[in-house]
Amino acid sequence: MPMLNRENLVNLALAILLIAVPLIANGLGQPFYITLATRVAILALAATGLNLALGLGGLVSFGHAAFFGLGGYVAGILAAHNFSGEPVIFGLGGTNQMWVIWVVSILVSGIVGLAIGAISLRTSGVYFIMITLAFAQMVYYFAISWPAYGGQDGLSILVRNQFPGISTMRPLSFFFVCYVILILGIGLFALIRASRFGAALQASRQNEVRVATVGIRPFRIRLTAFVISAMLTGIAGALFADLNRFVSPSMLSWQMSGELIVLIILGGTGRLFGPLAGAALYVVFEYALGGMTERWQFFLGLILLLVVLFARGGLIGLLAGKAKHG
Amino acid sequence: MVEPVLEISGLVKNFGALRATDGVTLDLRPGEIHALIGPNGAGKSTLIHQICGTLRQDAGTIRFVGRDVGALSVAERAQLGLGRTFQVSSIAPDFSALRNVMLAVQAKQGSSFRFFKPVMLDHSLIDTAMAMLERVNLGARARIPAAELSHGERRQLEIAMALALGSKAFLLDEPMAGMGPEGSKSLTRFLDTLRHEAPILLVEHDMDAVFALADRISVLVYGRVIATGTVEEIRRDPTVRTAYLGDHA
Ligand SMILES: Nc1ncnc2c1ncn2[C@@H]1O[C@H](COP(=O)(O)OP(=O)(O)O)[C@@H](O)[C@H]1O
Ligand SMILES: [Mg+2]
Repeated sequence: MPMLNRENLVNLALAILLIAVPLIANGLGQPFYITLATRVAILALAATGLNLALGLGGLVSFGHAAFFGLGGYVAGILAAHNFSGEPVIFGLGGTNQMWVIWVVSILVSGIVGLAIGAISLRTSGVYFIMITLAFAQMVYYFAISWPAYGGQDGLSILVRNQFPGISTMRPLSFFFVCYVILILGIGLFALIRASRFGAALQASRQNEVRVATVGIRPFRIRLTAFVISAMLTGIAGALFADLNRFVSPSMLSWQMSGELIVLIILGGTGRLFGPLAGAALYVVFEYALGGMTERWQFFLGLILLLVVLFARGGLIGLLAGKAKHG
Repeated sequence: MVEPVLEISGLVKNFGALRATDGVTLDLRPGEIHALIGPNGAGKSTLIHQICGTLRQDAGTIRFVGRDVGALSVAERAQLGLGRTFQVSSIAPDFSALRNVMLAVQAKQGSSFRFFKPVMLDHSLIDTAMAMLERVNLGARARIPAAELSHGERRQLEIAMALALGSKAFLLDEPMAGMGPEGSKSLTRFLDTLRHEAPILLVEHDMDAVFALADRISVLVYGRVIATGTVEEIRRDPTVRTAYLGDHA
């Protein structure tokens, strides 16, 4: 049983807050805030994926936009083919069923994650950061130069994809879909972190040689974590495309990769609800400051600087204190 | 003669122009403590690193429990039962002492690819790890983050991890270093019992401990073994006296 310590209370409050905002907004007839909350949920899910690699494994991937964007393109491409009736590949058609799209997103980002991870994880430190960035840039330029799916202009999803029994075009319904997947994603993160695999992963972050010395190969542990991480970020990308009903190469850009890292640092690296806290902070900032000044990212940078200098544990660290490792 | 557990022959390792290991041949037999002594920079740690796989030899062979392990990874050698401690303690600093040992227990039990059962509810891990900590007198410190343990306690923690692996040989790189006289004495007593579990290749500067524990001693100078023998033989060996032992003998 999870104990009612301070961090769990903070986490619970965040989870309730995230669901309260769209409910109230719905009551007040303000769908815009529902969209904002959905955006928070999806970005938090993407960052939860990255948090597995970065927070637990210490793998600073600067290329997770590749998985986010791939998930997005899976949604866009399958929807486009469903609309046109043309097969995608091997005679298989498109679909407008979200759950099919999610499964395909997970598979595609998992396979690409396996390939990128298998090569990148042979390096470490700055080289790892650079090589993951390079791979993501390759995917980015591939998307830009592929006119069939919109190239630079991106791809619209005319009607949001469907989920049985839910009218996904209603903002609140779609929010709940995203919220449930976010909670499942966070739950998966919690399970993994507490497991044997999680122990080996976190130990590899702290001391790779020690892990090898007890007979565990850090490479395999990290690669597996990288793939799971890519899958989670991939499914978030599919949801993001459905939220915007649009997918473009910007989802694959290095700025997107950076944004995911920023979310984690803002919220608290390796913390269970760090990505959600970070995503909430980020989206509120983007909305509040973005309305006032075009240069809102300057202020975001300032905050990030303060967090790195004075509040290493991010927002969760400020609210709940230092992380406990048992 | 009984088959040695560990057999090194003709081992060579160069760091640029420096030959840190220069044709080293030695073995470790069941039940013995084989001490490896020599001045600073003689290449003792470099030798341990090659046996464990953290460094790759340039030439020579390393046989362990009847297998040529010279090309295996660190993790594979550990799985075969090579348990080691480092000259500078190597631990997972954020984890408690208990969780450090639990990591070794989980490795010993087999798979780290289990994703759903929380380790802190897994009594097969916790109980075994606790028992190992008790054996090295660290039971009371189980829940302390490893980073907060004293120098000597980290040493004990590393030994507990090697124990948890069910090691078939222990390679201990200066386990007494930085311990007070009391700590050294109790560790000496402990190592004396540990040899019954598995033989020990002991790199150590503390001559009292070496003379008290060792069945055989090898003397390493400039990467070469200049003598191997019993405590008495080494004490009497004139080359060793001039090269290394000085007034100790
Ligand atoms: N990674 C390395 N690169 C270059 N030289 C090294 C390295 N490790 C050790 N040496 C050198 O090899 C020699 C043997 O070192 P070491 O094995 O640590 O000696 P000991 O443990 O006997 O004190 C020393 O001269 C040391 O400076
Ligand atoms: Mg040394």
